[in-house]
Amino acid sequence: MKKTDPRLVGAIAASGLVMALWLVLMSAIVWSTLSLDEQVAVGDVLAQRAALVVVGWLVGLVLVAGVLRVLHRRYIEAPYQLLEETRVVLAATAPQKLKPRGTAEMQDLARAVNELAAQRDQLRGDMAKQVAQASVHMQQEKDRLAALMAELNQSVVVCNRDGRILLYNQRARQQFRALSPLPGLADGTELIGIGRSIYAVFDQQLLAHALERVHQSMVRGVGSPSAQFVTTTQSGQLLRVQVAPVRAGAGDGGAAPGTQATRATQALVSGFVLLLDNVTASVEEEAARDQLLHGLTEGSRASLANIQTAVEMLGYPDLEAVMRERFLGVVRDEVGAMGRRVTDLAQRATQRLKTRWPMEDMLGADLVAAAQRQIAAKCARPVTLDTVDNSLWLKVDSYTLLQALTYLAHRLVDEFEVRFLQLRLQPAGTHAQLDLVWSGQAMSNETVMSWELDSMHFGSERSPLSVRDVIERHGGEMWFERERVRHQAFFRFMLPLASVQGLVNADWGASDSSRPEFYDFDLFQMAEQGNALDDRLLSELTYTVFDTETTGLNPAGGDAIIQIGAARIVNGKLLRHECFEQLVHPGRNIPAASIPIHGITEDMVVGKPRISEVLPAFHAFAQDTVLVAHNAAFDMRFLQLQEEATGIAFHQPVLDTLLLSAVAHPHQDSHRLEAIAERFDVTVLGRHTALGDALVTAEIWLRLIPLLQSQGIYTLRQAREAAQKSYYARLKY
Amino acid sequence: MTHKILIADDEPNIVISLEYLLQREGYTVLVARDGQEALDTIVRERPALVLLDVMMPHKSGFEVCQAVRTDEGLHAVKILMLTAKGRETDIAKGLALGANAYMTKPFSTRELVQKVAELLGETPA
Repeated sequence: MKKTDPRLVGAIAASGLVMALWLVLMSAIVWSTLSLDEQVAVGDVLAQRAALVVVGWLVGLVLVAGVLRVLHRRYIEAPYQLLEETRVVLAATAPQKLKPRGTAEMQDLARAVNELAAQRDQLRGDMAKQVAQASVHMQQEKDRLAALMAELNQSVVVCNRDGRILLYNQRARQQFRALSPLPGLADGTELIGIGRSIYAVFDQQLLAHALERVHQSMVRGVGSPSAQFVTTTQSGQLLRVQVAPVRAGAGDGGAAPGTQATRATQALVSGFVLLLDNVTASVEEEAARDQLLHGLTEGSRASLANIQTAVEMLGYPDLEAVMRERFLGVVRDEVGAMGRRVTDLAQRATQRLKTRWPMEDMLGADLVAAAQRQIAAKCARPVTLDTVDNSLWLKVDSYTLLQALTYLAHRLVDEFEVRFLQLRLQPAGTHAQLDLVWSGQAMSNETVMSWELDSMHFGSERSPLSVRDVIERHGGEMWFERERVRHQAFFRFMLPLASVQGLVNADWGASDSSRPEFYDFDLFQMAEQGNALDDRLLSELTYTVFDTETTGLNPAGGDAIIQIGAARIVNGKLLRHECFEQLVHPGRNIPAASIPIHGITEDMVVGKPRISEVLPAFHAFAQDTVLVAHNAAFDMRFLQLQEEATGIAFHQPVLDTLLLSAVAHPHQDSHRLEAIAERFDVTVLGRHTALGDALVTAEIWLRLIPLLQSQGIYTLRQAREAAQKSYYARLKY
Repeated sequence: MTHKILIADDEPNIVISLEYLLQREGYTVLVARDGQEALDTIVRERPALVLLDVMMPHKSGFEVCQAVRTDEGLHAVKILMLTAKGRETDIAKGLALGANAYMTKPFSTRELVQKVAELLGETPA
């Protein structure tokens, strides 16, 4: 729907007036040539047919209006649309063409515009090529750094002076996921993300204090200034954080007019690097050790005091027999208690020694291959591989484990004349099972027991460890089992899997086709502005672009959200790796009629969290950003209806791409998402999933920003006011 | 006159010995098994001296000490703290809270008897 051009209405009215005047004028001329009788006669005739004249005038007017409408379309509206489309081409960053249509002249004009655009694109392409060549070296360096960060096994977060995150690595993301109070939902992306504030995780004062210490070291001229602190997080984890400054290069340091030393150093620092270590486990271990030590000293002191006092009493020569017996009882009692305490301590200390043995992450297939080689070499028997799961990562001490496997194989060959052996590796819940299989004679449980408990020896070589020790070191288990049907027997080792960490890293390397956007160094240059959000430029705001899928169109009538998808725009870039996507159990049925639209069936939401759990996560994800949605009022209604039940309110500003598209292009017929996407040449992938639509909306919003700028709309306030005034805003949803 | 001494300790194995020792020295001996009982006995019996263990159930020796020192009427009660906590900070804390002396377990009974007599203003027997 478009509004009618007032000029068209004016033109039609004017034509009507001209026609009426012309009629009157012609009548007057004819009238003046008539004699009196004729005038009377004609007057009579006409008086009866006045209505006919008026109808004739009206018919004429309609005809004229029709012609005018057609002309208006062809010569006024069409150029207008062409103008708007030309503006899109003007603002477009990628080559784009107009579709020639309308009159021959218009088509020629469109073609001419296309030629101009092509020329411009060519020029721009050349320029871009030159710029790209110039910056390729710089990009390589950046990429090298980012790649290095990604490989690092330590969490690294780099922030600018205002605490905005510019870079983080995969490891940091995993660590933050563990810190998130909502790990399953927002996946930690509500805490860590390009452009997010680090102060959401760490107390600002704490970091400020650390930075102050860094500054002081810099003032004193310390070579590599850094500061360290330990802090607890919301989820009760202990983090050790090392803070180091990022010194500004000569280029971006800017003028530092301050004469004071501190101000000079502040100007030298353009941000800071945080190295994070989760020390919860080691601190707990240390606390346990302290407790042991404490129990030993204080407990023993009290016991010693009791014994000493009793012994001294026993020294009195005039002691009665009853009292003597009582004092002796005290001594026996306390000596026994101290003995037990020491034994217990010794046991626990050895336990710790075993559990604290350093384990390495190892690909299961590698371990099996190594075992195959070693057994074959030491036992001179063929070793084959059965099923080996190539995706398993184990946490093992490979040296002693291989020893144990070889030792068992050795005894099998020696004592039972086993002719060939087989290895297989399969997942089993949180563990992996590694089997050493042979066929032939079975052995008694006593034999197995003695093999397990004997210290391992290979010829003259002896190990202080037994197979059982090795198993306990791994916190695993081992047993002997028979498969009568296949005439086989095997030793089964249950071994711990490596933590998800290793697995994720491996996956990451394999599936990574494009480098994830884990850094944005341009944020170094961005300084926090004191201005209220409303006065900030649209181009530098941080946005959460989101979309919801719902069971229907009527939130008040019981329709509910079944999916939320969102993506972030920071510093004018869409961060495709920091997305939010969550199915929601609506707490009601999903109407069959709506399923073709969103593709979400009842089965898909079974066991999914309710909106009361998802909304806090989404709220955290969207904090400190401006919300953007297509037809935002619709989605916001659904969110607002949950406000009372969940206590979660979205107070941030909201922008609507539907309204703002109408502001940018008042003469286009349609502002549906698909139509706009087509206009902007945005590829639509996964349309009608919440995240798919959110990503399309985000692309559209990024293209709308320069168009709005060309209309003088620069700030958030201006955009909101323009949207308010737009024609669509006056319609009721 | 014989002085009244309160032994406040939750470990019977030391109470047996101390009770015997101090009775031999000619004191009247009272016993309390936890902090609360100790405090109640001090208020009721007003002993001349308390052998106060730090680690006790209900109320720690530190708490008892503090409570006694805030009561003007109990000003005369001497406090000798006995504890397995041997750290300097614990000794400093005990003395700061108003203990007259502090002995770390294990101790020799001779020194204990000497210290008690000293605190009560007597020459040891």
